[in-house]
Amino acid sequence: MTTASPAVSARRGATLGWLRRLLTPKIAIIVVVAGLIGYLALVPLYYLIWGTFFDANGFTLGGFARAYGDPRVGDMIGNSLWFAVGAAVLSLCVGTALAYLNVRTDVPFKGLFFAASIIPLIIPGILYTIAWIFLASPDIGLLNKLIEPIFGPAFFDIFTVWGMVWVEGLHLSPIVFLLMVAAFRSMDPSLEESALMSGASRWQVFRRVTVPLTRPAIVAAVLVMVVRSLESFEVPALLGLQNGIYVFTSRIYFVLRSYPPDLAAAGALAVGLLVFALIGVAISNLVGRSGKTYQTVTGKGFRPRPMELGKWRPVMGAVIVLYFFFTVVGPLLVLLYTSLLKFYQAPSGEAFASMTFDNYRQLFDMSDAMTALKNSLVLGLGSATLVMILMAVGAWIVVRSRIPGRQLVDHLSFVPLVIPGLVLGLALSFVYLRSPIPIYGTIFILLIAYCTRYMPYGMRYAVTSMHQISAELEESAQVSGASWWQTFRRVLLPLLSPGLLAGWIYILVVSFRELSSSILLYSPGNEVLSILIFEQYENGQFTVLAALGVVMVLTLAVLVVIAYKLGAKVGLRQD
Amino acid sequence: MLRINNLVKTFDGERRRRRDSKTPSAQEARVFAVNDVSFTVENGQLFTLLGPSGCGKTTTLRSIAGLERPDSGSIEVADRVLFSADEGQKQVNVPANERGLGMVFQSYAIWPHMSVFDNVAFPLQVRKRGERLGRKEISERVMRVLETMELGHLAERQATKLSGGQQQRLALARALVIEPPLLLLDEPLSNLDAKLRESLRYELKRVQRELGITSVYVTHDQVEALALSNAIAVMRNGSVVQLGRPRDIYENPNCRFVAEFIGTSNFLTGNVVAKDGDRYTVNTIDGRLALDSAMTLPLGTDVIVSVRPEAVEVSTTSRAGEVPNEWKGTVLTRAYLGDSLDHVVGVGKHELRTRGNPSTSIEPGTEVYLRMDPAKLVLVPVD
Ligand SMILES: Nc1ncnc2c1ncn2[C@@H]1O[C@H](COP(=O)(O)OP(=O)(O)O)[C@@H](O)[C@H]1O
Ligand SMILES: [Mg+2]
Repeated sequence: MTTASPAVSARRGATLGWLRRLLTPKIAIIVVVAGLIGYLALVPLYYLIWGTFFDANGFTLGGFARAYGDPRVGDMIGNSLWFAVGAAVLSLCVGTALAYLNVRTDVPFKGLFFAASIIPLIIPGILYTIAWIFLASPDIGLLNKLIEPIFGPAFFDIFTVWGMVWVEGLHLSPIVFLLMVAAFRSMDPSLEESALMSGASRWQVFRRVTVPLTRPAIVAAVLVMVVRSLESFEVPALLGLQNGIYVFTSRIYFVLRSYPPDLAAAGALAVGLLVFALIGVAISNLVGRSGKTYQTVTGKGFRPRPMELGKWRPVMGAVIVLYFFFTVVGPLLVLLYTSLLKFYQAPSGEAFASMTFDNYRQLFDMSDAMTALKNSLVLGLGSATLVMILMAVGAWIVVRSRIPGRQLVDHLSFVPLVIPGLVLGLALSFVYLRSPIPIYGTIFILLIAYCTRYMPYGMRYAVTSMHQISAELEESAQVSGASWWQTFRRVLLPLLSPGLLAGWIYILVVSFRELSSSILLYSPGNEVLSILIFEQYENGQFTVLAALGVVMVLTLAVLVVIAYKLGAKVGLRQD
Repeated sequence: MLRINNLVKTFDGERRRRRDSKTPSAQEARVFAVNDVSFTVENGQLFTLLGPSGCGKTTTLRSIAGLERPDSGSIEVADRVLFSADEGQKQVNVPANERGLGMVFQSYAIWPHMSVFDNVAFPLQVRKRGERLGRKEISERVMRVLETMELGHLAERQATKLSGGQQQRLALARALVIEPPLLLLDEPLSNLDAKLRESLRYELKRVQRELGITSVYVTHDQVEALALSNAIAVMRNGSVVQLGRPRDIYENPNCRFVAEFIGTSNFLTGNVVAKDGDRYTVNTIDGRLALDSAMTLPLGTDVIVSVRPEAVEVSTTSRAGEVPNEWKGTVLTRAYLGDSLDHVVGVGKHELRTRGNPSTSIEPGTEVYLRMDPAKLVLVPVD
């Protein structure tokens, strides 16, 4: 015994030492962050599957039978695909064309582009949809009234699949625009110029050089747009349900809102939607892989000579102005107009004469509205901050660490990208209805939902800016004697901050207007802004809703401006 | 001072694996970035790792810095073991931030969000609490180093606002501020234009000599290596092929690779036909050559004779009989290089490049005599 004890204690000492070496702040932080990412990504999915396939009696396919036994299910799947692909194609064509015009040609009104690409981002989808109802509904649409003398009544009908494609496609086009502007900017123009010198026409250059080189960006854009349209809730709910046009999301909502709610059937539909989203991702991955990725980014600040449009210049200018009108001016004006009316009516001398601020006054007296504004603010700021902090560390793990399995962290953080918001809402309600922690019915469950939904975007922003920082900047800090934490805080974070701030603003904006997860998770009396607007639309309170919408857009605009101003001030002296 | 023994570092051939994953052996394909490298650097010396791109210089340097973990071998600085992974010995791997070395990166790695002063102060500010200097002391030391580098007047400037040469000196200042026992430099001049490179090369040498700091310098530029170093290790495919003083390496390359890599050279293949002490006679296709070499090679050995262009004298008159190694040829082209003039002379089937004083310029087409000093010809074994 006595002879054995030194060996045992030596071994125990070694184990302790080993443990102590493992318990550095670096490792603790990494483990916590990786664990949280995994938790947020996987737990809802697990409970969704569990809630769909298991009931009190064990395994069952009853939910599936009820969900897919309905004879209209074929129509629903058809509509979903038609809607998603249509909207993706529309947004891709519009966005790519505009990006090319902006980056590579001497098109006029370049200033409008960025307004047209940023402003729709801060008009929540629900307001955008409602604005288009005001513009193009067959009964009350202003555009219909405007062209009635020429084309007869109800020329446009927004309550069709084409109407849904139009609204969703236009609303998504700025995102494609931003993605493609980045892609065109980062492409070395000498690649195109040398094709021109070889005798290719402009069109041939575009088709043979520009498109293949930007294919990774195009494929990425298609993926994001199809998935975004598949999971879009507000457009199908507001435009489709009117005429009984169902897609996956609106069907799930319908099933959950009927009495009694059939959770398993909703889960089965959610699983179906998830499968479609996954197929979309798989296809675009296949396409993306078959085309090689090229390193076209040289990092040199080149200023390509813009292509001259010649006699097409005025035409293109008119197209830009039209686009700006459709995506920005029209929707905003119609909201503003409606918010000043006593009751909804077509513009006329009488209507303008009767305008008042009553709707706004009414908002201040509505405790619901104030609570909702506060909730949305808290949730937007909270989720943006939490996500960016987590993802800064996450991106370091993925890009810089040599930890085995680091790619897993990357993949996990991207899982929510394919989980539609409504499905996530459903899944989280499965989780926290059962959870002993009293989160269900508070705004914390919304915070968790937003953090999960926007984790992929946060990760993308953080990873992109991490890639832009040369590893040598970090290594030189290490060689200078800085510990991991010192390096992270004093070198990486400041250098990452422009990217992190951009991600923070993006998440702030999208959480502020989030509807599709919230609609299954909010508790009455504790709404967020988008939910309140949805409820008011269902109650037909168009004028109050418009006023609330204007307040919402203004709040977002102010937040974004403040954030940019702060960003410009706080040491982002970048050149 | 610095002692490196049997250093090996491999990387997975990651990119290759993904491309042809069908072949199972490709999975084990590892790139030997550094393959059994050993050398020592004496106190105060500037030691250069020289070689073509991809030969493992950076990997060796990064292993010394602690930024790469070698597979095996050992690294010691000033009798302190920084790394050791040889079997049967204690495993040591001091993290980069505890090695206390100075390093200048190829990209300089100047932190763009800090001022010039803050960049240099950083290594002092991140020291462990107990060893940290006071604010005043830090500021004094930073200013002293900045003055040495002639950057004192730019202390408050944003680091990104410096010119290339100033950034380079800033990187050096940052590496020197902790007064490290060893300074590591990875192609520190390669991002500068030719003029600036030359002036900074002498500046670097001056600072290194004044501070007497032991340095390991990585470059692919032989001129730089010859001008700066006390000793050079020529690397190829992860191994050191020749190690010696600059003059040895230039004048007595031990293989064709070194002779080719350092300076320009003509290579004549031949065969030893006679030997008298150090004086060899080699038969080449175009004629006989007499030359001196300390190597011992039996008669009949295949050899390569390396002829530096400046070792060939071109003349229109013959001195046959008076001096050895006179060949006849025809001038093919000539090139004026400012401080010298090259002739390319056809001899038999071969062409020989010669270099001489610009005052001797001969029309192409002229018959000339080439004379080669036996002491300046180098015998290189066939690899
Ligand atoms: N992180 C890495 N992963 C895989 N291979 C690497 C890595 N770093 C270097 N290599 C390979 O190791 C070899 C030596 O590289 P390096 O030391 O950078 O060469 P040098 O600095 O002499 O140009 C090269 O073949 C290079 O491709
Ligand atoms: Mg290198």
